[in-house]
Amino acid sequence: MNDMTPTREQRTAALEGMGCKRKRVEDIRFTQGKGNYVDDVKLPGMLHGDFVRSPHAHARVKAIKADEALKVPGVLAVITAETLKTVNLAWMPTLAGDVQMVLADGKVLFQNQEVAFVVATDRYAADDGINKVEVEYEPLPPLIDPFKAMDHNAPVLREDLADKTTGAHGPRKHHNHIFEWTVGDKDLTDAAFRKAEVTIKEMISYHRTHPSPLETCQCVCSFDKVKGELTIWGTFQAPHVIRTVVSLIAKLPEQKIHVIAPDIGGGFGNKVGAYPGYICAAVASIVTGKPVKWVEDRIENLTATSFARDYHMTTEVAATKEGKVTGLRVHVLADHGAFDACADPSKWPAGFFNIVTGSYDFPTAHLVVDGVYTNKAPGGVAYRCSFRVTEAAYCIERAMDILAQKLGMDPAELRLKNFIKPEQFPYHSALGWEYDSGDYHTAMRKMMETTDYAALRKEQASRRAAFKRGETREIMGLGVSFFTEIVGAGPSKNCDILGIAMFDSCEIRMHPTGAGIARMGTKSQGQGHETTWAQIIATEIGIPADNIQVEEGNTDTAPYGLGTYGSRSTPVAGAAIAMAARKIKAKAQMIAAYKLEVHEDDLEFDIDGFRVKGLPEKFMSMKDICWAAYNSVPPGMEPGLEAVSYYDPPNMTYPFGAYLCVMDIDVDTGVYKVRRFYALDDCGTRINPMIIEGQVHGGLTEAFAIAMGQEIRYDDTGNVVTGSFMDFFMPTAVETPHWETDFTVTPSPHHPIGAKGVGESPNVGGVPAFSNAVNDAFSFLGSTHIQMPHDFWRNWKAAKNLGAVA
Amino acid sequence: MAKTHVTMKVDGAEVEGLVEPRTLLVHFIRENLQLTGTHVGCETTHCGACTVDLDGMSVKSCTVFAVQADGSEITTIEGMANPDGSLSALQEGFRMMHGLQCGFCTPGMIMRAHRLLQENPSPTEQDIRMGMSGNLCRCTGYQNIIRAIQYAAAKLNNVEFKEAAE
Repeated sequence: MNDMTPTREQRTAALEGMGCKRKRVEDIRFTQGKGNYVDDVKLPGMLHGDFVRSPHAHARVKAIKADEALKVPGVLAVITAETLKTVNLAWMPTLAGDVQMVLADGKVLFQNQEVAFVVATDRYAADDGINKVEVEYEPLPPLIDPFKAMDHNAPVLREDLADKTTGAHGPRKHHNHIFEWTVGDKDLTDAAFRKAEVTIKEMISYHRTHPSPLETCQCVCSFDKVKGELTIWGTFQAPHVIRTVVSLIAKLPEQKIHVIAPDIGGGFGNKVGAYPGYICAAVASIVTGKPVKWVEDRIENLTATSFARDYHMTTEVAATKEGKVTGLRVHVLADHGAFDACADPSKWPAGFFNIVTGSYDFPTAHLVVDGVYTNKAPGGVAYRCSFRVTEAAYCIERAMDILAQKLGMDPAELRLKNFIKPEQFPYHSALGWEYDSGDYHTAMRKMMETTDYAALRKEQASRRAAFKRGETREIMGLGVSFFTEIVGAGPSKNCDILGIAMFDSCEIRMHPTGAGIARMGTKSQGQGHETTWAQIIATEIGIPADNIQVEEGNTDTAPYGLGTYGSRSTPVAGAAIAMAARKIKAKAQMIAAYKLEVHEDDLEFDIDGFRVKGLPEKFMSMKDICWAAYNSVPPGMEPGLEAVSYYDPPNMTYPFGAYLCVMDIDVDTGVYKVRRFYALDDCGTRINPMIIEGQVHGGLTEAFAIAMGQEIRYDDTGNVVTGSFMDFFMPTAVETPHWETDFTVTPSPHHPIGAKGVGESPNVGGVPAFSNAVNDAFSFLGSTHIQMPHDFWRNWKAAKNLGAVA
Repeated sequence: MAKTHVTMKVDGAEVEGLVEPRTLLVHFIRENLQLTGTHVGCETTHCGACTVDLDGMSVKSCTVFAVQADGSEITTIEGMANPDGSLSALQEGFRMMHGLQCGFCTPGMIMRAHRLLQENPSPTEQDIRMGMSGNLCRCTGYQNIIRAIQYAAAKLNNVEFKEAAE
């Protein structure tokens, strides 16, 4: 070899494969304002639709008068439930097995519910039309408090279900009851509590909030009457599912529906479901024969599409005096709003909340979730988490701190004592999951060493003493959180959406010159798939990532996939990519063997091509193999080099992490300062460390927002009082803390490349870290649990209630 | 509704149009001029996705009427690349430092950062945090946006960019 021959390191680096901090290909267009988001789609003759919405939380709709609206210049149509009934679309199915009004049918059930859809030549005219639609309401008593939903005299919200004693998930106990979901062994758990030396019980609430991506939900629907084809551009995290849903409910042949998800401005779970706006825009386009655009404004987004959380978790832990946990009992009251539109896999009415045993070796546990209707917006989406996993992680992580406090133990020590041990994996949890891999002790100890946890506890002790002596008005809290996530939904044996198994897919097509295109069933909303998916292919087949174009979001060209949410893209689609790439590689090996005139077993893959074992100079690059695939394949072999993989995962993946928040709170003002935040994540194999770090920063910022102030709050009559960015806490660069990130690597044993998914871990682990910090700060004053969100006012109130403020 | 004739200079080009008195500047830019890089995220002046540079000031174009901008000079994200079409220092900084994810806030961020660096060519981290506080991002947690602006500032000042220690 001469000096010009690239080294192995240079050849590997040239691929920009897995493990490389590859710069994002998406950024070239995004930094120049050349992205193509839904509202950027403009079609000739396009109309705009917008909603008349209910001012009431609960009211009968007596009449809708559209005459004056139709006189407004530019207004072409006013669609109501009566219009939709003519095409059997006044109601639509939800992902949770319920039905939901598309437009108010006789009644409204939450404030800002969609009542009528005004179609006009532009968005200003549509707004003028809305102002002229007269709706006569007869107010009804609103039901806002979920704890009163099943009172005997509670108002009947869902008259359509009034005489139904069974719902999609079994028996209903009350006219406002949706389902009861139970998991675990009740008798064994009750026995554990009877025998327990120590128990704790606390009602831990996770308040209602909202994903609020910076781009709201929107669509453009265009119906071609001649071809009978409907094209929909939309903010869809799962475009294929939308196509199938539209086909089923609009009775259009699926091949005549073209769903395109262009660039998406953040999703965080908000853009999984199907909303009335999509249905109304599609109907309006079919009726008018013109393209119709619907763009939600921010107030509509916060108040009508897809809240998250609203779980009220009565949590009990049984333990020995030494702090070994012996049982967990949780009852959840789940407020689902007016329609059960939770975006969970069909068989999971409370998502994967049964991950609530967390990272700990509970011998037994029992869980009951009761879902109820209230006069609030529907939703219950997985806001930057796998389904209900952040609620579960918050529940158990608060409970462990409360138990530590009762035992007089350090919360980190209590966790170390109860962790599932490395040799116990694969671990079967008391509530039915098989954890794939983990090394919790190593992660926790790394966190404690890096942050000098022991020194921080010493500092806290001396500052508490100083506070008691009256030398300071500031209290210090350490928030420990150790979460285990469950992501990658999911195996067809237990995960489906409307009957479609939750596999995912990849098609790779290599071109003669050593380039290629990969098409996916997933859809990036900022995760950087165009960059990272190419990195997986680069490492697998030895073609530079720069030569691989990744395309997502067009249901005509992409193989069927279930989309991007619940950190499922890397665990499921990432595996499909590797499997498709390996099919390419297998065929490439046969071609190389033919060209090098050896048996294929005599070849070994070497970074970017195949080499004859023991004869290093006999080598054929993947680039040359691509060319050969189109002109000189072995006799009997089909030409070309492409592959498709549909990957049905054998199990979920279980990312985990150890977080620490150090916080100081001024008791006289309630003002807090996050002094330090350390996040160690183990997401298995790391595809692009730069993107992982960026996702952790973003998820932590959302966790910070949720824990410290972000809330969808209703007053007693059902008015949303946090319906704009004025009132709904969105941290700016000023409030947002500095983030420290770290990692360990415990690959998933069942995933082809060992990757587990990371995007949602920081939200799941971050919320309890912040809340535990606040609670830890106040604990020495005698409190055991203070509910989120921990804004300044509530902190001050907590200090006052505890007697720390006069 | 009666329409008013407006003229302005946008990204170096003289433009004109007929607008209603109530037409928002952001809609004039996006719909009339077809410059869709400027985004709408909240319509209430909170998020900053619609930020443009108007006569030397950062302005949220969702809360300015097009008629108010009559006769003004505006720069949008589409006018930010170098004359040869390459990425400007800020655009390059955002890419190199991973200062964006979904890209929806990015045009507003870059436009605000552009004006911030005119006002303060060598900002500290705290200066940047304060100076960017009118622009919301849901993806990045701001940390890499700050690094992106520091990268651009160093490049524009012709000094070596030193990444802050973790």
